[in-house]
Amino acid sequence: MNVLVYLVPIALFLGLGGLVAFLWSLKDGQYDDLQGAAVRILSDDDLPSEDTGKK
Amino acid sequence: MADVVDLSLFVRYREDGAAFVELAVDGIGAPECINRIEGGLESIAGVMEARLNYTNHRVRIIWRAGEADPNAFLTTLRNLGYRAYPHVAHAVEEAEIRKEKWLLRCLGIAGFASMNIMLLSIAVWSGNATEMSVETRDMFHWISALIALPAVAYAGQPFFRSAFAALAERRLNMDVPIVVGILLALIMSVYETMNHARNAYFDSGVMLLFFLLCGRCLDQAMRRKTRAVAGNLAALKSETALRLDNEGQAVLVPVGALSSGDRILVRSGERISVDGVVLEGKSEVDESLITGETVPRQAEIGSTVYAGSTNFGAALVLRATAIGEDTLLDEIERLLDNAASSKSRYVQLADRVASAYAPVIHIAAALTFAIWVAFGASFHDAILTAVAVLIITCPCALALAVPVVQVVASGAMFRSGILLNSGDAIERLARVDTIIFDKTGTLTLPEQRVSNRALIDSELMDVAARLALSSHHPLAMAVAAEASDRIPLDNAEEVTGEGIRALVNGVEARLGSLSFCGMDRSDNGSEISGVSHVAVAFGNKRAILHIRQALRPDAVETIDLLKRSGISSLRIMSGDRAEAVEPIARALGITDWQAGMTPADKIDAIKGVQGLGATVLMVGDGLNDAPALAAADVSLSPISAANLAQVHADAVFLGERLRPAFDAVVISRRSRSLMRQNLAFALLYNLIAVPLAFLGHVTPLVAALAMSGSSVVVTLNGLRARYRSLAERESPKGAGESKVEDMVLGNSP
Repeated sequence: MNVLVYLVPIALFLGLGGLVAFLWSLKDGQYDDLQGAAVRILSDDDLPSEDTGKK
Repeated sequence: MADVVDLSLFVRYREDGAAFVELAVDGIGAPECINRIEGGLESIAGVMEARLNYTNHRVRIIWRAGEADPNAFLTTLRNLGYRAYPHVAHAVEEAEIRKEKWLLRCLGIAGFASMNIMLLSIAVWSGNATEMSVETRDMFHWISALIALPAVAYAGQPFFRSAFAALAERRLNMDVPIVVGILLALIMSVYETMNHARNAYFDSGVMLLFFLLCGRCLDQAMRRKTRAVAGNLAALKSETALRLDNEGQAVLVPVGALSSGDRILVRSGERISVDGVVLEGKSEVDESLITGETVPRQAEIGSTVYAGSTNFGAALVLRATAIGEDTLLDEIERLLDNAASSKSRYVQLADRVASAYAPVIHIAAALTFAIWVAFGASFHDAILTAVAVLIITCPCALALAVPVVQVVASGAMFRSGILLNSGDAIERLARVDTIIFDKTGTLTLPEQRVSNRALIDSELMDVAARLALSSHHPLAMAVAAEASDRIPLDNAEEVTGEGIRALVNGVEARLGSLSFCGMDRSDNGSEISGVSHVAVAFGNKRAILHIRQALRPDAVETIDLLKRSGISSLRIMSGDRAEAVEPIARALGITDWQAGMTPADKIDAIKGVQGLGATVLMVGDGLNDAPALAAADVSLSPISAANLAQVHADAVFLGERLRPAFDAVVISRRSRSLMRQNLAFALLYNLIAVPLAFLGHVTPLVAALAMSGSSVVVTLNGLRARYRSLAERESPKGAGESKVEDMVLGNSP
């Protein structure tokens, strides 16, 4: 049963990692524009051939 | 038009000195709009970043202060085909956003905790079935406690607060038994863990919290979405006023930027936005929005005019006496609060169930304890069983039964173009059997229309419409609505009281009174009541435009649908003259109509119908309808309504069509039947679970399965409100939907 000594902390650590990632994404405003995010991924404005945007 | 709005009020600054402004944008359809808007704005010199939020249709523009003029943003957007207006974040909306984030944080924590505790619990359950040393089991229980206690302390706050608030007011809501159940489960689990017991209920308590928070988050997301749309609409129709500065220059400023004592110019046909005293000019003002009186009142130097009235005659200069909060409109609103409080007596279905349910389960738990003791069980076992009864009856399914349906139904209404003001409106709408319509602006379109357009030469119509764009006269607005492009003629000149003229390709064009266009009264043909005539002359072509109020395009069809859907009585109550109401009533096939009603008459009539046991839905817009809207059991307003009417309506519908009135009733009825199914299911679950718990068969495994199972079933049943409404809405949408509606419908063009 000694294996529990590190397996349980690892499980908890992974869970906490997920929680921290979620809280960070929430704070970062990742859920503010869900529809926009779905649509933006299809736009090509980051290609160098286009020069409409500044970036 | 060339009016320039003073935007300085809306500009804010970041710490690094960059200025930013948030604009509500109307007319966003396909996803390409994102690139077009952001690209267009970022090409303006000085702009650092433009970011469009595609969900709530707002764009945030950040620029180096002083290097760009915010008005250029509006112009750029207008040239791209979008209407934009600065958006001021309302305290209410910001509070909703904060609350949503808070709930999501709670949800995240509850989710993390329930998953990790379940991980440990499954080990304990299988360990109990085989052999697991007491020390290992205790360790797992203690780790569970370590996760569960802080998680519940944080994530349980929404429920703790609501339950304590209810108890402080000496009433019971659904959160009271929830809080009691969760707290008892945790306390008992800690106690049992200290005594090296086989079972603990940490998993049940936290999982319960997780499910309930899911429901709360969905509810909150829906509410915030509605708020965002309402906020955009408010920004887009927000009022401006022409303030005269010391040199007599008129500057267009938002009403919010005015202060008492300012001199304000009100041109012909404009809405007066403040209470004030006339300094210069003589005119007639239409106060029908405030008093219901349709005959205009004379206004001359020294007379007082009120916000909300319309200037019908020549331009007036006012000195503002009351702004915003202090206006007469606001005064009426305060008086109305009394009428509205009668509606809040309605107790929501969920709360009615809660106040009956909570005492029953608490008594059941007490009885369990007493009976077990009476039959000779140990004190310890009796308490354990009683707590198990409380945990298993903790109304998880019951607490989700109504809100889930409410969320899905308000989503369905949202897609139909209905914004709900109050959550319990769905329950009240479902019981409606009498509908009372106001006429002007409700059954008819809010603006007047040219009714004989088909008979007019199209070139002549085009000239008339472009001329009309330069005038603020109410009749000219109706003509201007027919314009194909909205570019006014640059040399247009208004002749006060007569009309407007301009040179088009070297030929004089006139729009205005019959005599102004060189026509005779006798050309007019027969006078029809309710129809105004405007003449147009271009070269030697002449025509008379008939301007009248038109029915909403689908009014006849909608009234027909309502009649067939089992609404027993449809009525029209109008403040207008009988001659104007009669033809409308006949066209719609409504036999029960009354004309010339004052706001007090309307209230009396509604009270009378209610006295006979009917549940009344009032559909109306004007300020004079506001008391009637408050007096009815449930009320609906078109978005064009006076702000005050909207405040008192339970729901607001968008667009030109009347169909949302029918959709609202149908969706509500279906929702109510789903709510009842869900409640019935939740009660059935309890009928099975309570005897099991009473007999002591509820182990943590059974509790976890039963509670999550019932929650999932109730949620899935609630979702049916959405799918059936979608199937029903497959009928093609009518053409000519307004831009506002497109905005709400999202990306469907």
